Amino acid sequence: MEKIVAWIDDRFPMTKVWEEHMAKYYAPSNFNFWYYFGSLAILMLVLQIVTGIFLTMHYKPDAELAFASVEYIMRDVPWGWLMRYLHAVGASMFFIVVYLHMFRALIYGSYRGPRELIWIFGMVIFIALMAEAFMGYLLPWGNMSFWGAQVIISLFGAIPYVGDGLVEWLRGDFVISDATLNRFFAFHVIAVPLVLVILVFLHIVALHKVGSNNPDGIEIKKNKDENGIPVDGVPFHPYYTVKDIVGVIVFLMVFSAIIFFAPEMGGWFLEKDNFTPADPLTTPPHIVPLWYFTPYYSILRAVTWEWLPGGAKLWGVIAMGASLVVLFFLPWLDKSPVKSIRYRGGIFKAALAIFIVAFIMLGWLGTQPAEGINTILAQIGLFIYFAFFLLMPIYTRLDKTKPVPERLT
Amino acid sequence: MKMLFLLLTVVSMPVFAAGGSLHLDDVDIDMSDTASLQRGAGLFVNYCLSCHSAAYMRYQRMSEDLQIPKEVVEDNMMFTADRIGGLMKSTMPADDAKKWFGKAPPDLSLIARSRGPEWIYTYMRSFYLDDNSPSGWNNVLFEKVAMPHVLYNLQGARHAVFKKDEHGVEVFDHFEMVKPGSMNEDEFDSAVRDLTNFMVYLAEPARMVRYKLGVYVLIFLAIFFVFAYLLKKEYWKDVH
Amino acid sequence: MSEQNVNKGRRRMLTLATSAIGAVGAGFAVTPFVLSMTPSARARAAGAPVEVDFSKLEEGVLLTVEWQGKPVWIVKRSDAMMQKLATLSDLLSDPDSEVESQQPSYAQNVARSQETHPNISVMVGICTHLGCSPIEKFAVGPASDMGDDWPGGYFCPCHGSKFDMAGRVYKNVPAPTNLPVPPFRFLSETQILVGENPEEGKA
Repeated sequence: MEKIVAWIDDRFPMTKVWEEHMAKYYAPSNFNFWYYFGSLAILMLVLQIVTGIFLTMHYKPDAELAFASVEYIMRDVPWGWLMRYLHAVGASMFFIVVYLHMFRALIYGSYRGPRELIWIFGMVIFIALMAEAFMGYLLPWGNMSFWGAQVIISLFGAIPYVGDGLVEWLRGDFVISDATLNRFFAFHVIAVPLVLVILVFLHIVALHKVGSNNPDGIEIKKNKDENGIPVDGVPFHPYYTVKDIVGVIVFLMVFSAIIFFAPEMGGWFLEKDNFTPADPLTTPPHIVPLWYFTPYYSILRAVTWEWLPGGAKLWGVIAMGASLVVLFFLPWLDKSPVKSIRYRGGIFKAALAIFIVAFIMLGWLGTQPAEGINTILAQIGLFIYFAFFLLMPIYTRLDKTKPVPERLT
Repeated sequence: MKMLFLLLTVVSMPVFAAGGSLHLDDVDIDMSDTASLQRGAGLFVNYCLSCHSAAYMRYQRMSEDLQIPKEVVEDNMMFTADRIGGLMKSTMPADDAKKWFGKAPPDLSLIARSRGPEWIYTYMRSFYLDDNSPSGWNNVLFEKVAMPHVLYNLQGARHAVFKKDEHGVEVFDHFEMVKPGSMNEDEFDSAVRDLTNFMVYLAEPARMVRYKLGVYVLIFLAIFFVFAYLLKKEYWKDVH
Repeated sequence: MSEQNVNKGRRRMLTLATSAIGAVGAGFAVTPFVLSMTPSARARAAGAPVEVDFSKLEEGVLLTVEWQGKPVWIVKRSDAMMQKLATLSDLLSDPDSEVESQQPSYAQNVARSQETHPNISVMVGICTHLGCSPIEKFAVGPASDMGDDWPGGYFCPCHGSKFDMAGRVYKNVPAPTNLPVPPFRFLSETQILVGENPEEGKA
């Protein structure tokens, strides 16, 4: 055994990689509940890729056949229903995990220096994941798939001068059609997943370069013992591997409960209207994107001010784009001397609480018809969303912080 | 952890309730009630398949899942496929159907998932006589529906009585039996429940296995959890 | 970190137990993925038994039908062909059809056919070497291009395997076994069902 390892190590840094990233990668010893979601996100990525490969063996990316081929998977392919539910429910679970992972970064300041690049890679992953989910949602070729894609692609038509041409180019046709389905398939099964895998790799490389943050927001590398090992660190393996296994099992229990007992999640994970084949002549009564898009969909719809130069539609699209772009600047908007919420003052805590409420409200409103009070609420939500980020340099400076201890608590 | 469970409970409440003003009646869906599923299958092939198809479903699958002997299916239930492995197609050519009803009757394989069982159960019990409709029938739940009341010899023929509400809008009030059918109201409700139950199965045959399998998977994970948790505790003694 | 009070035995036990359960779980998890690659209900429906009416089939002519996506040959052999079968044993590698996987037990005879209709040959027309479909060489002697002694049979163009009129493989050719005989039963004097054994079905 040792000989084999030595033989490989002479040719490939196997032991070195193992030690650097697992056995001698020192992570802070005080990770809590919120630190499970990184490993769970990797689990979901792998699971989506594996189930996706097996679905591709039976799925037909053809407007005439796509819907029927999904039902073929659900009925005729042995265990096909399980692959399909794992993948479709998995998409929602992936977003739950990713949103909670991002929330963790927000409360403990994981985006702050020296981890700005980790955050930026993460944001690109988030956007790539949205593209991946959006294109994947067209593939079952249900009526909601069709009209959802129709609406979202039409957004690009708001861009002045090139909009209409761009929309036609994206669709490859004058409506969503077989050509659109085929190219979305190509992006969904290879292009975007490839990008995602590379980005996740970079995300982890950057993380392991600077080391993990922790709920106290203290840099454990500043406090090393005589061997150069952080006093407050524990080797990732075995301590966090055994801990993450527990997290994975609990997560799988929740996941299995949904898959086996409520795969549709009352319409949140699999929409009723998507059990009808795509029909270019009949729009579903109200088009609702899947829940993970609804906060941004709400921001898009909240802009109804016709007096804006260029029209409300254009500014809706700009607002939605800006709501994602602003996240990239988070590391530089936060001027607080501390990272973790544990040592921040009341202003930040209140701002974060209001932001979370507004974000969930926007998500809820995105599932509701945009009329009456809903539009006004969405506009309030939009205002809070941007205020949270744009006013951050001011209120984080004003905020009264507590002293940060030397060692982990 | 608690938060996650809370989130899941909140989230699992049905959100996209079917539109429309009419109240939908609850229906008891039970995949373990094989007798009900068998009766529902009988109604479905006799009354529905003559115009509609269920083209994603195979007779053989139905025979196996509902424990209907192969011979019974082959001799009494298959009107369209020549082999038991065949799909449940409609006996009516799509072009004819379009001519007779104005539009082709939709495929029913997934109707219980796109409409919901409560909708089907209510719809099948909401037909009434209407001289203004081409088929002679109308439906309280689905106004001006092209489909006639195919179960009328079971339910009987009814008139609908409308009243004016406070805004002066005509709303449905109650039905009046004109010519009773072969079943009384309870018997008919029970028959439609069987039919609905079958259509829920038809929309997702995997239902027959996924509940049972889910229990085993959760039990396995629970055992796995105990050992993994003890292992984690054991290692983390070093740290705490 | 304190490592003095470590109970090594307990730690190893738990590691082993957790790994074992994890391995079992991985096995369970892999199973559906592996099984999803087996033939689907559609493929199995398409592979269902096929009824063949050969009332118009002439003696010594090859009829090819499709069963499970494979070519199945049906030949009504002439008396001359039948008589020759018994004389070829020395040239063949498995003259008595001893490889059981290649035919149902009721076809384990010289003619590789059912006793009630010995001259009717039913075989899957796929070479046991690498899966090409052999061609008929029913002509005898020089007319066959197969040499003057050729008694009539099948020849695989891919790698030159030779079979007799009962699908038995010759010695010194690449194909290792006789051509497979599928399960089949007679529905009448001129109809067979390919894909079902005679015993079952008519219960």
